[in-house]
Amino acid sequence: MNIIVCAKQVVDASEIKINSSSNKPILEGITKKISDIDKNALEEAIKIKEKHNGKITVITVGTADAKERIKELLAMGADEGILIPYPNKYDYHVVSTLLLEAIKKIGEYDIILCGEASTDLFSGQIGPKIAGLLDISQITYAQSVNVEKDKVIAERNMGEKTVITESSYPVLITVTKEINEPRLPSLMEILGAANKPLKEWDIDSLSVGLEPKTDIIDLKGVSMDRKNIVFENNLDESVGKLVDNLEKDGVLG
Amino acid sequence: MVLIYSDNKKLTLELLSKGSELAKDLGNKSTALIIGKNDDVLANEYISYGADNVFIAETDIKSFKAEEYAEILEKVIKETDKNTILIGSNKNGKELASRLAGKLNAGCIVDCTNIYLKDNKITTERVVYSGNAIAVEQFNSKPSILTISSKVFEPLKKDVNRKGDIVKKKIETEKSSSKILKIKEAVTEDVNVEDADIIVSCGRGFKNKEDIKLANELADVLKGKTIGCSRPIAADLKWMSEDHWIGLSGHKVKPKLYIATGISGQIQHIAGMRDSGVIVAINKDPDALIFKSADYGIVGDLYEVLPKLTLAIKDKMS
Repeated sequence: MNIIVCAKQVVDASEIKINSSSNKPILEGITKKISDIDKNALEEAIKIKEKHNGKITVITVGTADAKERIKELLAMGADEGILIPYPNKYDYHVVSTLLLEAIKKIGEYDIILCGEASTDLFSGQIGPKIAGLLDISQITYAQSVNVEKDKVIAERNMGEKTVITESSYPVLITVTKEINEPRLPSLMEILGAANKPLKEWDIDSLSVGLEPKTDIIDLKGVSMDRKNIVFENNLDESVGKLVDNLEKDGVLG
Repeated sequence: MVLIYSDNKKLTLELLSKGSELAKDLGNKSTALIIGKNDDVLANEYISYGADNVFIAETDIKSFKAEEYAEILEKVIKETDKNTILIGSNKNGKELASRLAGKLNAGCIVDCTNIYLKDNKITTERVVYSGNAIAVEQFNSKPSILTISSKVFEPLKKDVNRKGDIVKKKIETEKSSSKILKIKEAVTEDVNVEDADIIVSCGRGFKNKEDIKLANELADVLKGKTIGCSRPIAADLKWMSEDHWIGLSGHKVKPKLYIATGISGQIQHIAGMRDSGVIVAINKDPDALIFKSADYGIVGDLYEVLPKLTLAIKDKMS
């Protein structure tokens, strides 16, 4: 079973602060990590490999420092990592086309796994878009998958419904956070990851003249101004003060 | 030309309002798309809510599958020469729009909360970075595919005097290599957190499912009477149905009062409730992130705080 996992390096959104004079989010100097749900995708790939053997290739389109993050994925259990550096201008179209070309270059695959969305921009486009580009079937929002030799059966979380879907291979699957608990690699695995192949593929070798279809023309910060009044001493007193304040604010019923 | 589609009727009406306005600004017409059985009643209703025309793509397909629906849309777009596609941003709509964007090699922006023309280009706004920013994006290409979240736009007033053409066509699709084995309706408790005025919300601080009654009792004395929850309670522990789930991949709420009890305040949860009027946090950990997003906080064990708070509010209100 050959599995490709698409993983994105994101900034940790919980660390974002807003520059009050420019009203823009400050994105520099923030912890970068692999988007949580993409780790669930890799964990699922590892579980499938444990049962069916095969190879797991991780692809990331990102900045050069994403190599360090890809090493974490190799330590978890991916066999090979590929970094495609961001071109100067990119959007979802550019990124999904680069992933598509990389997938074609890899050639053999049965399952492509992605997170349902990345935790920074949370658009969830990339998975189904790649499936559309490749014209293969797609199973989105999978909360459990059961991989058999010639087909996969997945339970999809559609909110008010659960849909059980079966597909032959190749198939693209996007997973939700509930599907599993990503493993933490051991020290041995972390050290071992250094010997696994981590390649960088040049954009021009994949696709030439790729232009974005959409442009981000502005990013406006949304600051959340809250009173942050915390009562922490005598409990009865705290409750009393809270209720008085809520009454004053006119929000009690 | 603007094509409008959602498998949810209410969302379609909201899309028709914005879609017909956008069509006017672009100097052309809007077409509502119905996929499924021939349905003149629904078609006329869409016209009375603002659609200039309706296209009924007749198909025998019974359940939504993105592969087949994307193929239908691709054929309808070719047939009707549309280049601006508005799709309702529910789970089906998002995977449909993204797949369609792949098939058409088109730009796509999901979860738009605003759409307008700027420099004659279709311009959108959407919430990113868990609510910390709004991205303003612009299409520089056609076709343009957009998905619009629910409750962003108000439907137009129904006007039965509006006239429009209804075109019907049978659309054949290739059989996709996936098949639906079973559809299970999730157990819901018919709560609507999105419309609630006051929400008491529960997180991992609750030790047992039965203890949720402490939150219920507080909700009962408040007139809101609605309880919500964070991701673990609905998705992992399944102590509450998913219609209670508030957060980035759950529901987005804006009550006038939001009381978060035993919720640590992960950014994904904050993204779902940050537009609330007054936010109260109850948590025993003084360093819990939730206090940073709250107007008032009580540091304390919810098992002690909730009964006292319920009693105090009852006294105040009687």
